[in-house]
Amino acid sequence: MAIAHSEIQETIRMVELESLDIRTVTMGISLRNCADSDFEIVKKKVYQKITDYAGKLKPVAEQVEKEYGIPIINKRISITPIAEILGDATVEQAIELAHVLDKAAHQTGVDFIGGYSALVHKGMTNSDLTLLNAIPQALATTERVCSSVSIGSTRAGINMDAVRKLGEVIKETAELTKDNQSIGCAKFVAFCNPVEDNPFMAGAFHGSGEGEAVLSVGVSGPGVVLNALKRYPNADLGEVADVIKKTAFKITRAGELLGRVVAERLNVPFGIMDLSLAPTNAMNDSVAEILEEIGLESVGTHGTIAALALMNDAVKKGGAMASSYVGGLSGAFIPVSEDNGMIRGIEDGSLTLDKLEAMTCVCSVGLDMIALSGDAEPETLAGIIADEAAIGMINKKTTAVRIIPVIGKEEGEIVEFGGLLGRAPIIGVKPFSSEKMIKRGGRIPAPLQSLIN
Amino acid sequence: MQKRAVVTVVGKDKVGIIARVTSVLAEFNMNIHDISQTILQDYFTMMMIVDIAEQNHLEQLLKAFETIEDEMNLSISIQLEDVFQAMHRI
Repeated sequence: MAIAHSEIQETIRMVELESLDIRTVTMGISLRNCADSDFEIVKKKVYQKITDYAGKLKPVAEQVEKEYGIPIINKRISITPIAEILGDATVEQAIELAHVLDKAAHQTGVDFIGGYSALVHKGMTNSDLTLLNAIPQALATTERVCSSVSIGSTRAGINMDAVRKLGEVIKETAELTKDNQSIGCAKFVAFCNPVEDNPFMAGAFHGSGEGEAVLSVGVSGPGVVLNALKRYPNADLGEVADVIKKTAFKITRAGELLGRVVAERLNVPFGIMDLSLAPTNAMNDSVAEILEEIGLESVGTHGTIAALALMNDAVKKGGAMASSYVGGLSGAFIPVSEDNGMIRGIEDGSLTLDKLEAMTCVCSVGLDMIALSGDAEPETLAGIIADEAAIGMINKKTTAVRIIPVIGKEEGEIVEFGGLLGRAPIIGVKPFSSEKMIKRGGRIPAPLQSLIN
Repeated sequence: MQKRAVVTVVGKDKVGIIARVTSVLAEFNMNIHDISQTILQDYFTMMMIVDIAEQNHLEQLLKAFETIEDEMNLSISIQLEDVFQAMHRI
């Protein structure tokens, strides 16, 4: 059937005026065959495999974006959690491997490589511990390497020893990068119930259930949803959900088409389509502003969670119908520093850390890109991670924590991270200690799956 | 198989827009399947479905369009038709 004039115009308007883009095409690469008892060989094999598989990722994605007229903002790589191939390596060697990954990212021209990771939600192997000890230095001395650690799951409970360790890891990373707004922490995520096929950073890794290589896509489009809603100022909430659903459908279809073309040209299987609405600092490309368009004076006020739940669910419904393989995190992201509406909410006092926590109960993914005052204790950071992990564990969903204690800054100040990472007002933490609980250590048992009230 | 693309031209109306754009298409040996054009409040909007016989010339074609965009103060885009099919048809 021929495409109507108005439909062509709609697509072009979405791209030119409403920031429709493909947020990321991410190539997952398995590094499991790179393990070796000689660490020099490991480094060589890792570099070789990544540059072989992803060598053409950037040029191919750029060609596809030209042909289809829809921008693909980021080209990224996710890899097997590095702890799984470390073997008996030392901390120094693990840091060297981070440098190799950084070099491979520069060589292939991707903007981030994710998977400097460990899965320790139940227990920690020696190589997991090596990796955790290497993370601060690795993040401080590389540019494009992203790290994530899984510390809890609905089936395993929460590994509180690992949570405590991560509080220290985050604090040390912040100290090591304090001359640069503690930016190292922006490349680190703590997860509960992580997914194996997430294409978004900083939490992407290539899970153990995945194949040799795979290409996954993350779409975007808060701007498109916002503009669609603006055309229905008086619709009731059922109709609002419908408008969001239809818009998400269109965005997802475009994303899946481009993703499949890129995958085919790179000769790797298409993995999944991640339906997350990911905001940017571009004008109107904000999840918070969608909530405000639904009818909140300022994001964070009473009603925010209901509006977010409605939006998140509608995005999933529209997206699930549009794509054959939905996966990844697939929900709305609410990163603070990357969303102008969220930044404004915090500055105006309507949005607080507590409310952000509550919001993560109904949307993916968690506390994201939140700048905290630099004097936050490691145990306090661990407490924040534990709270968020508990939300994920009980609600059977992914939650994540990406917090940046900005050394030398206090509540109310603004920190500029630059680029896609944006800027954020510093949020203060509670002055009361969580130390005793965190120091108890041990494991929070896996929750009951019935009696669910 | 045919590969078709949608060319859109938007800008303030003036003499010779269609002539310039279509002559570039002819230069690149691209057949026009469908063409429609309207003028809305002095704004010229044209959409064409064209046959992209030789994809390899896309770079040069985009450059040629850029020249026209600058000279005539227009905005011209070319996108493969599949993207519209995907977004607007189930």
